[in-house]
Amino acid sequence: MKRKETPKLALWKFASCDGCQLSLLDCEDELLAVAGAVQISHFLEASRAVVKGPYDLSLVEGSITTAHDAERIHQVRRASKRLVTIGACATAGGIQALRNFKDVREFIKIVYATPEYISALETSTPISAHVKVDFELRGCPISKSQLIETISAFLNNRKPVTPPHSVCLECKLRGNVCVMVAHGVPCLGPVTHAGCGALCPAYNRGCFGCFGPQETPNTTSLSDQLSRLNVQRDELVRMYRGFNAGAKPFRRESEKNEE
Amino acid sequence: MVTFIYFNYMITENNNSFLRIEREDLQGLIEALAESGYRVIGPTVRDGAIVYDEVEKLDDLPAGWTDEQQPGSYRLKRRDDRALFGFNVGPHSWKKFLHPPNLRLFQAKRNDKGFEISNDNQPAPDLVFLGVRACELHAIAIQDKVFINGPYVDSVYGERREKAFVVAVNCGQAGGTCFCTSMKTGPRAESGFDIALTEVIETDQHYFVAEAGSERGVEILEKTRTRKADESEKKKAVEIVEFAASRMGRNLDTTGIKELLYRNHDHPRWEDVASRCLTCANCTMACPTCFCTTVEDTTDLTGDHAERWRRWDSCFTTDFSYIHGGSMRVSVKSRYRQWMTHKLAAWIDQFGTSGCVGCGRCITWCPAGIDITEEAAAIRKNELQRENKEQQDGNA
Repeated sequence: MKRKETPKLALWKFASCDGCQLSLLDCEDELLAVAGAVQISHFLEASRAVVKGPYDLSLVEGSITTAHDAERIHQVRRASKRLVTIGACATAGGIQALRNFKDVREFIKIVYATPEYISALETSTPISAHVKVDFELRGCPISKSQLIETISAFLNNRKPVTPPHSVCLECKLRGNVCVMVAHGVPCLGPVTHAGCGALCPAYNRGCFGCFGPQETPNTTSLSDQLSRLNVQRDELVRMYRGFNAGAKPFRRESEKNEE
Repeated sequence: MVTFIYFNYMITENNNSFLRIEREDLQGLIEALAESGYRVIGPTVRDGAIVYDEVEKLDDLPAGWTDEQQPGSYRLKRRDDRALFGFNVGPHSWKKFLHPPNLRLFQAKRNDKGFEISNDNQPAPDLVFLGVRACELHAIAIQDKVFINGPYVDSVYGERREKAFVVAVNCGQAGGTCFCTSMKTGPRAESGFDIALTEVIETDQHYFVAEAGSERGVEILEKTRTRKADESEKKKAVEIVEFAASRMGRNLDTTGIKELLYRNHDHPRWEDVASRCLTCANCTMACPTCFCTTVEDTTDLTGDHAERWRRWDSCFTTDFSYIHGGSMRVSVKSRYRQWMTHKLAAWIDQFGTSGCVGCGRCITWCPAGIDITEEAAAIRKNELQRENKEQQDGNA
């Protein structure tokens, strides 16, 4: 039983670094299989050739930071049967969501010689704040294997296997020694969503929280424990304000430590 | 005491002789095992902890190292001797060798007629577990009950278990989170081993007192340089373990614990522990008896090839209790209560023993330092107060 038509895949970029889109090009071993399974119809990072919509699957990278993009995301949604966000920017607002805690006009004044040329919204918001999202793939950047898994799941009409539990579970499956317990290294692993395969702890680094909050993050308890490891409150604020600063549990915890 | 149904460990008068092995001759034991076709897994220092990994020579063992353990804290420290087993249990347990964290159950390939299923299980490796502590022997015995002694046999576990050659080591010290005496699982290795060793260190001598627990244990000891242990050496070996028994870092009162926890499913302490619990699942991963798994199905991009994988799961995830319509244990309270009540109470109804062996891993490796002995004690203490109060109210 073969599929009738080759589904059309589109990639869209909003405010982002392009790293998540590049993850697809990075899938060297699987790229031919992807190109065989779907018609890559809109992927400006790879090709100027664009096939007209509608698209069966749209992968959206980046957050909404301009009035123009706030309009454009609705066009993307209208042209897409399924819309999947890829990465921390599209899912939580990205590192650029740090502006949400300050006055963006101040930043613009400092950075740009001619601030009046810049037209930016006051906040950086995830795609889900603007349109209906069918699935969110976490990570900064996303994991290549989870991207292939998500595309495979879409093609086979099943749910992607991207468990929402903590990084700790992956750490233990891998046989890592806990950096927090054995070395006193501050680590966001217990409150962070799995997906990276516990990459940083495998190299004796604490987790930076790239995949955002896990399903039921107890940030209050983790902050208490980090304080016992002599992490000061201002440092706690910085820890939670990484690539997923805009994700609600991390945002709230950072604000609590700022008071 | 857990009884072994599947394996024949025997200690009879004839071969229950105690032997003395000099420290350096332990290399000979490792070689004898390797020559018999085994891969030897034992304690070794890696990433600031004593983990279980392949060891080929005496130098691979953590000579002169010990560990200091407290709730949420583990530190390696130097000893002032050359002890090879002068530490307590670390982050790993033997579970990972008997019950693999990730396992492909089968592959399916599409063909003209439908699907072709292939089970590509590799034959179980021939492993030696060198340095198994008494609590760990009990943990293995508990998993035997779960996986092979019941009506549904896990063949992957069974084959690995049957092949494993167990060299137990009696504890000469207890860690800060140890409570095996409370659970009656140690510190002496009493059964379930092929060979048991006790390390004796004195100013002028350093040796092991060895005893065989099976025929194959006898055979390996025959290939190792040993001599008969004399009475004073045997006595020392006993005293060393008695010393460890007197130094437990923790204590868990197990009196009527099943009824205690069943009675207190609405105790306020569950809310209290929920405020500290990270639901990170570290305790269940580190626990040598926790056995839960989930299955994950994957397909490739073409849809012509599918795989089913089994991996360790934890009752601290919401997916664990997901049934049609949602997760049954949404609150952290319900998840911690499920874990602890199963471990200390429901396990007794289900498998006939406690699910806890008092190894202390869940205490040490909890990033928030939650202590199962403290939680149980808090429930007991508050219940007593409640009863006393009721009594006083009754008297008044």
